[in-house]
Amino acid sequence: MRRGLVVGILIAMSAAGIAGQTSARPARRIHADAQAQRVPAMPRFRFENFTTANGLPDNHVFSVLVDGDRVWAGTENGLAVYENGSWKTYTTADGLAHRAVLSLALDQRTGDVWAGTMGGLSRISAGRIDTYTQLNSGLSNDVVYGVAVEGENVWVATAAGACRLNTRTGEWSLYNERNTPMIEIWAYGVSAAADKVYFAVWGSGLLELNQKTGVWDKYDDPDGENEIVLLKDQGLIHEITTSVSYVDGVVWVATYFGDSHYDGRYWHNFLTKDSGLPSNFTNTIRGVDRNRAWFGTDKGLAYYDGTNWAVYRPALDTGKPEMTVRDGQGRVTEIPVETAPAHHYVLGIDFQGRDLWVATAKGLSHGIYQP
Amino acid sequence: MRGRAAVAAVCAGGLCLVLLWRPAVTRVSAQPAPTPEERYASPLELLLSPDGARLYVLCQGADEVRVLNAATGAVVRTIPAGHVPRGFSFSPDGRRLLVTNSWDDTVTVMDTESGRVTATWTAGYEPSSVVEDRAGKFLYVADRVGDNITVLDAATGEERTTLAAGRGASYLAMTADGSRLYATHVYPNAAPHRTPPRSEITVIDPAQARVVDRMILPDIAGMFHVALSRDGRLGVAAELHPKNLVPLAHVEHGWAFVDSLTVFGADVGSKPVEVPLDELDRYSARPFGVAIAPDKSRIYVTLSGSECVTVIDTKRMLAFLHAHPEPLAEDLSASAHYVVARIAVGKDPRGVVLSRDGSRLYVANRLDDSISVMDTRTDRVTRTLRLAGPEKVSPLRRGEQAFYHAYSFQGQFGCANCHIDSTFDGLQWDLEPDGFGKDIVDNRLIEDLRGTEPFKWNGGNPTLVKECGIRTEMYFWRSENYDDRTLTDLVLYIRSLPSRPNRFRAGDGALTPAQERGRAIFDRTVDKLGQPIPETNRCATCHSGPKGTSQKSFDVGTGKSVDNSSVFDTPQLMSLALTAPYLHDGSAASLEEIWTVYNPHDRHGRTNDLTKDELNDLIEYLRTR
Repeated sequence: MRRGLVVGILIAMSAAGIAGQTSARPARRIHADAQAQRVPAMPRFRFENFTTANGLPDNHVFSVLVDGDRVWAGTENGLAVYENGSWKTYTTADGLAHRAVLSLALDQRTGDVWAGTMGGLSRISAGRIDTYTQLNSGLSNDVVYGVAVEGENVWVATAAGACRLNTRTGEWSLYNERNTPMIEIWAYGVSAAADKVYFAVWGSGLLELNQKTGVWDKYDDPDGENEIVLLKDQGLIHEITTSVSYVDGVVWVATYFGDSHYDGRYWHNFLTKDSGLPSNFTNTIRGVDRNRAWFGTDKGLAYYDGTNWAVYRPALDTGKPEMTVRDGQGRVTEIPVETAPAHHYVLGIDFQGRDLWVATAKGLSHGIYQP
Repeated sequence: MRGRAAVAAVCAGGLCLVLLWRPAVTRVSAQPAPTPEERYASPLELLLSPDGARLYVLCQGADEVRVLNAATGAVVRTIPAGHVPRGFSFSPDGRRLLVTNSWDDTVTVMDTESGRVTATWTAGYEPSSVVEDRAGKFLYVADRVGDNITVLDAATGEERTTLAAGRGASYLAMTADGSRLYATHVYPNAAPHRTPPRSEITVIDPAQARVVDRMILPDIAGMFHVALSRDGRLGVAAELHPKNLVPLAHVEHGWAFVDSLTVFGADVGSKPVEVPLDELDRYSARPFGVAIAPDKSRIYVTLSGSECVTVIDTKRMLAFLHAHPEPLAEDLSASAHYVVARIAVGKDPRGVVLSRDGSRLYVANRLDDSISVMDTRTDRVTRTLRLAGPEKVSPLRRGEQAFYHAYSFQGQFGCANCHIDSTFDGLQWDLEPDGFGKDIVDNRLIEDLRGTEPFKWNGGNPTLVKECGIRTEMYFWRSENYDDRTLTDLVLYIRSLPSRPNRFRAGDGALTPAQERGRAIFDRTVDKLGQPIPETNRCATCHSGPKGTSQKSFDVGTGKSVDNSSVFDTPQLMSLALTAPYLHDGSAASLEEIWTVYNPHDRHGRTNDLTKDELNDLIEYLRTR
């Protein structure tokens, strides 16, 4: 896989907004009279957007993390934290591993924040930053795409496999093609719980570690690397996985070619052609529970409530705020809105109560829930 | 890994010249260690019961807590603790006494009414201090080796979480209203090579079990007790400010240590301030215990190396600080503005406690087995309580006393300044007057040294007698050294120091799969390409034997341009995991860096054929040594 090239392209796309401008809008039927069609009630938000104009260190926001009343934003130029109405930025001068912060995780037990960067892994604890790199620690690689905290373990997805840091003992355990079914070692996302840990491995499907037995399992696209989906819901939608979210015993998986839902027995896949996904190219996925999830794609932010879909974005052609709802029968209704996320290229999602925070290629958005 | 330069950095030296050396000195080292019945009490910490009637004495040497009648000194009760207890405190209701057992990794819970041990709970690596929050919800345990604060459920002892602290987390103090908990650390935090050390005071919200702030303290390395005034407006922490970046050639000018306090809180201002305690012609070696008078008028600090208590007039100190906002650490005249008394007590004074009305100060003299009782109105010791134990001061005990005494010129420092609690200090020193930045040496642990000779990183000292004798006098003390007998006793003491438990090795000695794989790499004779590894380039050749040293010197390519020689003594490997940084000059911040940064040509063992996971395995094995 030509990974570096792909990353470069993605960054370039996000920077220039090319992805949205060059793609056709998905086919849909717009029902003008929402009331008459009994449009499903989907969550609505008033989006407040943050950019360099109001305190963000950079508009390229790769990741976002809610920590109580604080919000952390991993940008291309530092780690910013929003607290009491203002932003503070941590940089490499403060000890941050690298200026580009790709992933974030909160240790709920301690309040420490872990930041995966293009140059290592950093722990931010009450203002002190401790940095782990492939040279000064057992970290497998300095390019850290994903990080998750589970108990005393920090699980890390890197460009050279996955690893685990036991924060009590300081022991690093590495997982790669030598000791797991991982074929490619470009680990892109991780989601960890006490029973299972999942890794989205770019080009190598979904990896599952059963923490009780220590056994690894691998879920692949039954069609291999073909871009043709022969049978619906036959397994993982594609090998090129980008993000995973394990919640309530269910795994939500994002790929660049659609998304998947796996409850341990059955797979259910989502493609633009038969769901409300605005794009198959999904950067990030966040499960709410067994049935509901949020999707960050190159063409907008999407929500699925188990039946219906909602998409939030600046319109791909006009840039005007847009919200559409697709019901279970495939009827699409445009909902008049006055605000939208900062950009349609969505890279990160987190929840603050019923509010949303969304990392995009051109700013960070706070979706304030509208009852 | 290293003991040599470390020992070099501290041990005693003296008037005894090589020519005066007598063979009898070395024979004493065969003296057996004391039996349990002969153990000294070694009182380390003190507490007074809420009604002031009973004095609780943490006797580290006897592994027990003795409860005394505070008025008479009579023993009321003795309660067994675990091994090497280091800290204790009462629960907020006074019904429980909590004791940390630093070598057992446990907290003992004692019922103060019955005097019985009601529970023993596991708590981190080398628990050193414990405090229960006001709500009775959590126990906070400072773990010296774990570098964190373990949070236990106060009812069940179940671990709730671990909070990242600084390096060597050891002492805790809570504000009277229970809103904040402060932690200090005996070792400095990690810092780039050859930069000033820095420590921190970790600030915790006890109700939430969260670290909410870290007061970063530039230039500070070892910190000891921290205390808060009753109104919570003044915090005081005892500390060492080493001057390890310049050659240790100007001891007579005060260029070795500043003994100081960090004061903080609303009375001080928005930032913590360093307050020097040293005087123009005498030093306040190793401030340790701190007590603040109930009315905040006085601060009492034990000076363990100077064997006294120094008394500070708080009002004058604060006035002076506010009038002099500039850094004061180098000002030997500053203390004259606020130090109002210096009272001699026993040997190695450590913990202190004030009576509730502030009229009496109790001082634990660790190496005298005594408690000094001081009248704070007259600043005089009015009584000394003797604790039961061996009456005779053994050579080993005399050696320990020498180790903790500040022998240097004007009493500036002693062995224990760099070997904190007989360990190490995490610093690199420019020891000899060979120019700035020449022959920098990393200080190391001095446990279980027998069979690791020679000493010094250049292997120049074949015995501890030489290491701690004339060399110390020449390069460290700059004053009259101890006599032959004291040197002998000192060497005896250092040789008696055992290795602490290894937290990374299972109790039965079994290795984990990763450790086993690492051992195979350590012992291998053929590299991954199938090529034989020359014997001189195998891990197990130089780091041979039970302690991981062949006791020979080699050039493994780690010399720097500032080193007079690139041939170094092979360091032992015991307790390796605790003693970062690594290599002779401390340039490798971690074990990984020894090979990822400082072994580009495979001269320090054949390692560049290893994958990252194999290197991790090797390190996992080394951490078990």
